Amino acid sequence: MTADAVLRAQGLTKRYGGLVANDRIDLDVRAGEIHAVIGPNGAGKTTLIGQLTGAVRANAGRVHLAGRDVTALSPARRARLGLARSFQITNVFAGFSALENVAVAAQARAGHSFRFWAPADRDADLNARAADALAQVGLGRLADRPAGALAHGQKRRLEIAMALVQAPRVVLLDEPMAGTGPDEAADLLALLGQLKGRLAMLLVEHDMDAVFSLADRITVLVEGRVISAGAPEAIRRDPAVRAAYLGTDEAAPGAAGAR
Amino acid sequence: MDPALVVEQTLNGFQLGVMLFLMAAGLTLVFGIMDLINLAHGSLYMVGAYLTATFAQAFDSFLLGLLLALPAAALVGVIVEVTALRTLYRRAHLDQVLATFGLILFFNELVRMIWGPVPIRLDPPDFLAGQVEVLPGIPYSAFRLAIIVVGIAVAIGLWALIARTRLGMRIRAGASNRPMATALGVDIARLFTVVFALGAALAALAGGMAGAVLSVEVGMGEQILLLTFVVIVIGGIGSVRGAFFGALLVGLVDTYGRAFLPDLLRLVLEPAVADGVGASLASMAIYLVMALVLVVRPRGLFPAHG
Amino acid sequence: MDEAATRRRRRLIYGGLVGFLLVLPLLAEAAGQGFYISFATRVLILALAASSLNLILGYGGLVSFGHAAYVGIGGYVVGIAFVHAGDGTPILGLLPGGTDALVLLAAAMAVSGLVAAVIGAICLRTRGVAFIMITLAFAQMLFFFLVSLRRYNGEDGIAVWQRSTLPGPLDLNEPVQFYYLVLGLLLALLYGLNRLVASRFGRALRAARDNEGRAQALGFSTFRYQLTAFVLAGAVAGLAGALLVNATGFVAPSYLHWTRSGDLIVMVVLGGMGTIAGPTLGAAALMGMEEFLPELIDALHDGAGDYWKIVLGPLLIVIVLFARRGLAGVIEAAAGAGALRLPRLIPRRPGQPPRRRRTRR
Repeated sequence: MTADAVLRAQGLTKRYGGLVANDRIDLDVRAGEIHAVIGPNGAGKTTLIGQLTGAVRANAGRVHLAGRDVTALSPARRARLGLARSFQITNVFAGFSALENVAVAAQARAGHSFRFWAPADRDADLNARAADALAQVGLGRLADRPAGALAHGQKRRLEIAMALVQAPRVVLLDEPMAGTGPDEAADLLALLGQLKGRLAMLLVEHDMDAVFSLADRITVLVEGRVISAGAPEAIRRDPAVRAAYLGTDEAAPGAAGAR
Repeated sequence: MDPALVVEQTLNGFQLGVMLFLMAAGLTLVFGIMDLINLAHGSLYMVGAYLTATFAQAFDSFLLGLLLALPAAALVGVIVEVTALRTLYRRAHLDQVLATFGLILFFNELVRMIWGPVPIRLDPPDFLAGQVEVLPGIPYSAFRLAIIVVGIAVAIGLWALIARTRLGMRIRAGASNRPMATALGVDIARLFTVVFALGAALAALAGGMAGAVLSVEVGMGEQILLLTFVVIVIGGIGSVRGAFFGALLVGLVDTYGRAFLPDLLRLVLEPAVADGVGASLASMAIYLVMALVLVVRPRGLFPAHG
Repeated sequence: MDEAATRRRRRLIYGGLVGFLLVLPLLAEAAGQGFYISFATRVLILALAASSLNLILGYGGLVSFGHAAYVGIGGYVVGIAFVHAGDGTPILGLLPGGTDALVLLAAAMAVSGLVAAVIGAICLRTRGVAFIMITLAFAQMLFFFLVSLRRYNGEDGIAVWQRSTLPGPLDLNEPVQFYYLVLGLLLALLYGLNRLVASRFGRALRAARDNEGRAQALGFSTFRYQLTAFVLAGAVAGLAGALLVNATGFVAPSYLHWTRSGDLIVMVVLGGMGTIAGPTLGAAALMGMEEFLPELIDALHDGAGDYWKIVLGPLLIVIVLFARRGLAGVIEAAAGAGALRLPRLIPRRPGQPPRRRRTRR
């Protein structure tokens, strides 16, 4: 555990009845790095994301965000403290325009919204920041389009813009590649590569190409436990990982592909 | 306090409780399985009461009237389900509220057209007309006692149905996890029609019996419907067990409140003030209990959904 | 551009409607139909109440089935103050009674808002079916509470045979003055609402309506915004209640009856949920039906008018199933906007995050 960890989980445990979903998970994300979490289906990745964001209450363990204990805080409070996320299933405000989706994210970060009179959609500051974030993800031209009318890959990028505009300390990306076609996936990969170094990211992803090309460190979860953690090369060589996760396909990294 | 009064009020509380249970059991499953809010459940209660009264008059027998009213009300329930509610499952709750609100207006007017605006009489059967001695020196209405017995019998029957039969297994699966139940091959649409018919028959049973205690009139369904909502919220949506304990709790709290609160308050307040405050508190008691439950357990006492 | 023409036509239509409301008393008096002034006054008062509900229902996506309670509370503030002004006793041993309209309208808003704050704080812990049932149950609780108040005639309520007093030459007994006061308040409210829903607050509220889990993940404490909206809506409903007592001359628990809450929902949906003008159109339509449909049915079939609700019931179902955007949607179409992107107001359920999940502590 290093001192510059922006997000740190210690001993996170979640039990559903008798079923242990997560068992004493330790994990940290350092400033500027991409830390990937991989594991087969049912490994507890979704539960972990839930615990980190606050949507799922942990039975035991603590979560620190930039050194502050946020274990007891709601998702909204954690977000305001700098924890942004994207969702596994595309999750945007379908009725809002692309720009307004990002502007509303910027608004959420800009402090409370108890402002009752001035029109929000003419707020130059919010709009400028939203437009900037949209441009960064390559959606500048589509700012006025209703988010519901965007193509799938565009929605994924919109989600990343919503995270970016919040200038977060760390972003949790929950399977950003899920459901994208090969071209879209390549675009997204390039985009995440550009952002690397500027932003701390926790990446949960099934696409092994993406994981091994992007991640600085990888944590492998199997049945709710961390079985291995370290640099990609070490993970690639770890026999326990090969057995538990890549065992079905010896050629593994690179071959697992998108779901 | 007079022990005879306590016994009598306790039985009254149970009687109201089992009545509410008959209403809540069907309704909570409808909520739980279909995530559908049905305001028109009270209309089935009312229709059940009117049908009981009509059949009872025609055949000169309360029991026969009630027995005929149950399948008839179940049929009405199926018609309502197939024609109106089925299109609403995938709709937003607001649509369901409005459409079933429309159903209430429709049923109330229909009943008023057929039976007229004046409440109609429904007498309990002769052999239950009198009083029985429940404890030495404490008489109690035989008919109300019969209601309690019927209610408890239905509760046991429902428990057996849900815990012991295949149909019950499907109902439990549907109420606690619909996608899972569908994946396991349960035909949710058919299941729901069956549950709805069952719920309608139970509502009619409650309505028919209540009609003989109170009176059979337009709007009787809404009064009990709103109490039933309180029961379901307290018990936990989708839980028949919750409906049972919630119903008894509401029945007892409401009855005790009205019977004893003013007297209790007289111990600490001036009589006139005590009566006023007592009456007000008593009328709000069950809602205060509901608020308390919600603060402590927002999903009710026995939440059905994991 | 086409959109500009649409906007112009829309302005023309709504401008025409406002113009009609402005001259309505003159028309009614010219036609010797003074009744229509008081009828229109009541319509506008209920439009005020329905518009307040629209804030939480249309823009907040919260199906509150107890909104008539706040109308009733506001009404009782006026009624109770009137009773105590009459017999000179203090209210609860503390406050003097009175008939000063400015004080009473403000008090009605304050008391209704306060009650809404308490009830809203409890109800907003739940969502979906439970929220609907609980808002309904609390309204019912207040209904029975008022029935139990013998001091204020229980179920019979209070006959308020004197209208609240305004300063200077203004006089609520003058139907035309009363009408213009209500119209002014309604237009002011609609203007304010228009600003509100477009503001940062309104946007946070709409974001929570469209996708609450997402809004929370972005950092919105949705509960606070929803509760604020609930309280604002309650306060405006209280204002409507205070005015309604002046219009009808009585207040009774029937003000809070659950069917009144249902009527308010019908007005909002019939007129067009989440639109500024919708609830007013809906109030006019529903009350117009209530007033004229019985006569119409009677004309078709003598004696059947009494049962007009047997028409209204199925009509509601049809509206729910087919006419989602309400009368405001009809006007929108007439203005040439047609299929212009009007987002679905309450999102369809599939694809939404599970609604019973508790997302707050």
